[in-house]
Amino acid sequence: MKHLLSTADLDRAGAVHVLDTAAEMAATQAREIKKLPTLRGRTVVNLFFEDSTRTRISFETAAKRLSADVINFSAKGSSVSKGESLKDTALTLQAMGADGIVVRHHASGAPHLLATAGWVDASVVNAGDGTHQHPTQALLDAFTIRRHLAGRGAAGAGASLDARSGVGLDLTGLHVAVVGDVLHSRVARSNVQLLTTLGARVTLVAPPTLVPVGVEAWPCAVSYDLDATLADSPDAVMMLRVQRERMSAAGGGFFPSPLEYSRLFGLDARRLATLADHAIVMHPGPMNRGLEISAEAADSVRSVIVEQVANGVAVRMAVLYLTLATKES
Amino acid sequence: MTAPHPETSVLVIGAQVLGGEPRDVLVLDGTITEVAAAGSLTGPDGVRTVDAKGLVLLPGLVDLHTHLREPGREDTETVLTGTRAAALGGFTAVHAMANTTPVADTAGVVEQVWRLGRDAGWVDVHPVGAVSVGLAGEQLAELGAMASSAAQVRVFSDDGKCVHDPVLMRRALEYVKAFDGVVAQHAQEPRLTEGAQMHEGVVSAEIGLRGWPAVAEEAIIARDILLAEHVGSRLHVCHLSTAGSVELVRWAKARGLRVTAEVTPHHLMLTDERARGYDPLFKVNPPLRTEADVEAVRAGLEDGTIDIVATDHAPHAREDKDCEWDAAAFGMTGLETALSVVQATMVDTGRMTWADVARVMSTNPARIGRIDEGDLPQGRPIAVGEPGNLVLVDPTARSVVDPRQQGTTSDNSPFRGAELPGRVVATFLRGRATVLDGHAVAPAGSPAPQEVTR
Repeated sequence: MKHLLSTADLDRAGAVHVLDTAAEMAATQAREIKKLPTLRGRTVVNLFFEDSTRTRISFETAAKRLSADVINFSAKGSSVSKGESLKDTALTLQAMGADGIVVRHHASGAPHLLATAGWVDASVVNAGDGTHQHPTQALLDAFTIRRHLAGRGAAGAGASLDARSGVGLDLTGLHVAVVGDVLHSRVARSNVQLLTTLGARVTLVAPPTLVPVGVEAWPCAVSYDLDATLADSPDAVMMLRVQRERMSAAGGGFFPSPLEYSRLFGLDARRLATLADHAIVMHPGPMNRGLEISAEAADSVRSVIVEQVANGVAVRMAVLYLTLATKES
Repeated sequence: MTAPHPETSVLVIGAQVLGGEPRDVLVLDGTITEVAAAGSLTGPDGVRTVDAKGLVLLPGLVDLHTHLREPGREDTETVLTGTRAAALGGFTAVHAMANTTPVADTAGVVEQVWRLGRDAGWVDVHPVGAVSVGLAGEQLAELGAMASSAAQVRVFSDDGKCVHDPVLMRRALEYVKAFDGVVAQHAQEPRLTEGAQMHEGVVSAEIGLRGWPAVAEEAIIARDILLAEHVGSRLHVCHLSTAGSVELVRWAKARGLRVTAEVTPHHLMLTDERARGYDPLFKVNPPLRTEADVEAVRAGLEDGTIDIVATDHAPHAREDKDCEWDAAAFGMTGLETALSVVQATMVDTGRMTWADVARVMSTNPARIGRIDEGDLPQGRPIAVGEPGNLVLVDPTARSVVDPRQQGTTSDNSPFRGAELPGRVVATFLRGRATVLDGHAVAPAGSPAPQEVTR
């Protein structure tokens, strides 16, 4: 795997392999000494054109646990904000000898361009591009779902698990509901592709204004009714962040008010109580408590939201390992 | 009788006129003087003879929609290089769009462009005047002054921007009636297309680029048809791109309204699937649509709903295409590939004859632009007494498009690397060869184009 640009690049075996590798990485993270020598001497650049402290520090932690040298290149306060082109930034990183570039960009397709334009030799890992893809987020979500639910006997929420739970398995037979602003969400796009590749059934739930025209070609169901979807007993419920600016008329006015949104599409205590015993509650963060998710849901025993963060490091270690350490082979 | 001037005289031997039987065509001093059976004519001494066996002879092509970029963006194209590219593409006249810097919204600017075209001498340049001051969509530009200037402007357009204010559009449609002008509308409802990057549909949903919905084009076309009917004016729809737009124009024509429409070569051939690689060469406005839309515009061109093919030749600097899709400029070059694309999509598919090609690329655009009459008429039949505006095409040739080999200064062709049929062998502007054997022939006294080092 030279680059990771989209979850569409992964077939079922490839996706399971990434998740299994992540499980190996996660197992090492239980040790007292967490650092592995795998990427010693390699340079990973975190090239962030958009603020995302969470994703950046997750990648930074992952790269450092693999002993890579990490350079953080933020568009804020760099020449980028003065209008340097993506091409010139890429050529600069190439000249400095970057082996891997983790890129977050507001424009869909920017990582694709970086990987294919011939500007750099480095491996490119997409850390979120516009409203297109965020493949490591989907991988950590799949990892988390698999760990709790794949091949589930009596396990499920709250069951005792170790890092290798679910290894070798895909997500066949599981039902995942993804709820919220699908239109603007790279997380939703990445998850629809990855989770269905892994054999899960996905239902998107959103007000019709937040579902893209053309969604009919996606391999998933679309619902405008959260209660009906919850009655269809999803194994995992993934709540998406709703950007505050989507509410105002200037941002498009996608729904009438925050109150109406949370009444219709928020995961509150009442809805939480309707979930099956084993079902888990997920959120990519950062959360708007009280809007798309209530405190009861976010802090419940079903919530795996904090675990998602931990799994993010393991998954990103796996992705950096697979794109960088196996380069020569 | 004085001897014919060799510079503006030519004998074309054995050409398939409009794709028909081989004929000889003699042009003396810029005017067609004889059309006769192949092999029957001999030219006077000193007149160039062109063996056109196997070649198709068409009237010189007329483009109603070209961006020559001068004044303002001479780094991407000048009147000189753009018109040379036009000649290489088989054109003898182009309409130069108004979105230059400064905008062509005064008699002064349109006369400047007109003079630059005349001095260059490759094709006749007919400036398009802006509808509104600065293309701002607020106040009518001095349409009358541009119409009565040396440039004799008859086509008015804010192209690149839509005249979205219905009152301003109504006034423009009414006002140009005084001099038989036409408003050429870039149909794009602005609110529905804020930040729009590509056709809104299955592909945009998947690849995460902001959608440009078909309805944003169709809503404006529907409104403008009704406005044109209400005030009894001519309306021309620029670069129509959707199946729904074709239906609307068909409806307007069925009502007997004076509504004409154009389609670009790229909308005849390419679809939104091309956006999947995020290569901004395929970023254009209106955007590439779906396979169903491509079929609809081909059918519309075939049945006459769409009157003309116009290039929307839009040269851009390399840095404006060598970047992420969102940051890239909209537009594609097209003058030198237009005829080949029309051959590939309409002639070689059996949908149109070469006579139809002459109609949609010469006769009709000249008529819409009102340059089919007057001192230097264009889009005329190949007949005795008509001007010697001619293009010879080899329909059997095939070649791979290489933008670096083209006459245009810019290299943003979406057909880069594609093999296309047809080759413009020669172009004659009133008898004078501007292209011979596929190579541009600089007019006597024409300034040499400044080659841009890239």
